[in-house]
Amino acid sequence: MTSADISTAEAGLASPAPRHVTPRKKRGNSLPLGIVGWVVGIVFFFPVLWMVLTSFKTEVQAYTNTPHLFFTPTLTQYKAVFDSGIWPYVANSAFATIVSTILVLLLATPCAFALSLRPVRKTRDVLFFFISTKMLPVVAAIIPIYIAARDLHMLDNIFTLVILYTAMNLPIAVWMMRSFFLEVPGELLEAAEMDGAPLRRTVTEVILPVVAPGLAATALICCIFSWNEFFFAVNLTATQAATVPVFLVGFISSEGLYFAQLAAAATVATLPVILAGWVAQRQLVRGLSFGAIK
Amino acid sequence: MTTIAPPVAAARPARARPDRRRQGWVRRAPLLPALVFTIIVTQLPFVLTLWYSLQSWSLVRPGSQHFVGFANYVDVFQDSQFRTTALNTVIMTVGTVLIAMVIGVALALLLDRKFLGRGIVRTLLITPFLVMPVAGALVWKTIMLDPTFGIVNFLLRPFGIGHFNWIGSFPLGSVMIEMIWQWTPFMMLLVLAGLQSQPKDILEAASTDGARPLQIFRELTLPHLRRYIELGIVLGAIYVVNEFDAVYMMTQGGPGISSANLPFYIYQRAFLGFQVGQAAAMGVVVVVATIIIATFALRLIFTSFSGTEQAA
Repeated sequence: MTSADISTAEAGLASPAPRHVTPRKKRGNSLPLGIVGWVVGIVFFFPVLWMVLTSFKTEVQAYTNTPHLFFTPTLTQYKAVFDSGIWPYVANSAFATIVSTILVLLLATPCAFALSLRPVRKTRDVLFFFISTKMLPVVAAIIPIYIAARDLHMLDNIFTLVILYTAMNLPIAVWMMRSFFLEVPGELLEAAEMDGAPLRRTVTEVILPVVAPGLAATALICCIFSWNEFFFAVNLTATQAATVPVFLVGFISSEGLYFAQLAAAATVATLPVILAGWVAQRQLVRGLSFGAIK
Repeated sequence: MTTIAPPVAAARPARARPDRRRQGWVRRAPLLPALVFTIIVTQLPFVLTLWYSLQSWSLVRPGSQHFVGFANYVDVFQDSQFRTTALNTVIMTVGTVLIAMVIGVALALLLDRKFLGRGIVRTLLITPFLVMPVAGALVWKTIMLDPTFGIVNFLLRPFGIGHFNWIGSFPLGSVMIEMIWQWTPFMMLLVLAGLQSQPKDILEAASTDGARPLQIFRELTLPHLRRYIELGIVLGAIYVVNEFDAVYMMTQGGPGISSANLPFYIYQRAFLGFQVGQAAAMGVVVVVATIIIATFALRLIFTSFSGTEQAA
């Protein structure tokens, strides 16, 4: 296999099947399908809906054999959640999420560039390596990570989570960013090269504008995974650096019997990601398939 | 040792000229920070795990650390709880991924058709995937599956099911229901992307030639979807095999270890039993098993998404 073959194979790797724009047969809106669709959609959404509804009930209303569908909403539970000191946890989660995402983008963008537009030799091997790190069970790494953090006095330190979340999201980000880089039209690059533009200018003025939406999508995915992460957080933090999922778990142990209050806490914890995911559905698919699907 | 050896691409003939070499490093430079960072943070721990697995070491007794060779591995393979949790992991992963995929394909076929409010239904359907796993497990454990106040028992009351204790009676199944709920949207989205990339003119030609819808699905759609389904299964399995949150939240692996999977069991050994050496040995066994499985899985991804791409 020559290197040219490899690079064409590589190029094909992430470029999706061309989208066929042949107009589909005109089929009207089907009523039975619509009913089935809505029923299934509501069934899947129901636990979330019920969580949100329960969060606006009093505990008495939440604890009934026959669930109340109509009730006078109350904000008591939310008040209780915010009074119980959730804010430091939110701050920790936000810090770990934002800082790790910035780090991921700083590391992944040049890396993806070197794996796409100016590919290094063995690009394929490097890509293999990155994805293979996602396949290894996290649980096998937690013990040395815990001991290293303990010995470095980094237990219960938010920067430990920042480093781990960066490593956790980096492979996905590299694959994703690479698929966006591969979309940069070759003519654009050639034109810039013909003009004798230095690499720095080519990157900032030609490449970055094209991949900017991709950067945003990558950032979103990284944020979702970091915000929802629980395993590292519960094992490596205690009081100082604990994040929202850890708060939620602690809330259960103390408030175990209060469904409505738990529902309010769970709603607060989940809402940011749900809203972000709704807004960026398309990008979500692409990121989750490591850029293999647009 | 923890990376999966890919098929080695033939290297270019060696060129010894130094400027070439320098050029190579200029090209490689942007890649190095990410690569070095990933190696240090993800690979180094595994090397240490390997080392710890040869020691007897209890975290609560300082100075207890000493070399014991392969004794921990002998223990692991004689540990019936390890075998049980390994089996649970397989059941959980295969069950969750396959059921989520079957439902996901059905939902994707549904969403590929036009109906009123399709966009909203799609949004509703992807929501479970976005829910923080800890919160999702909490919701299922309490307001959905609670024996007395849970909505599932309320809905099943007309069918004569009273205060049935789902989690107590089917701990593994209950955890799997939550995981299937979370992972079905992911499968659906991948398959939907596959469906929408299917050339419509071929489908139309087939139906004008008098092919029945089921025939078209089996002969044209399914083969086209194959690589998307494979991708979904592989990616889903990567995450589901590591599932910790749902087990931790819903059952704590119990009763006994009946719903514990390997991540939870190793966690228990390391952080509740403080047996570093044994937990590390289990970790190594899991890693080796994962490498064997993942080698096949990776090959699958790459055959799906390299050569066939242009031809598709």
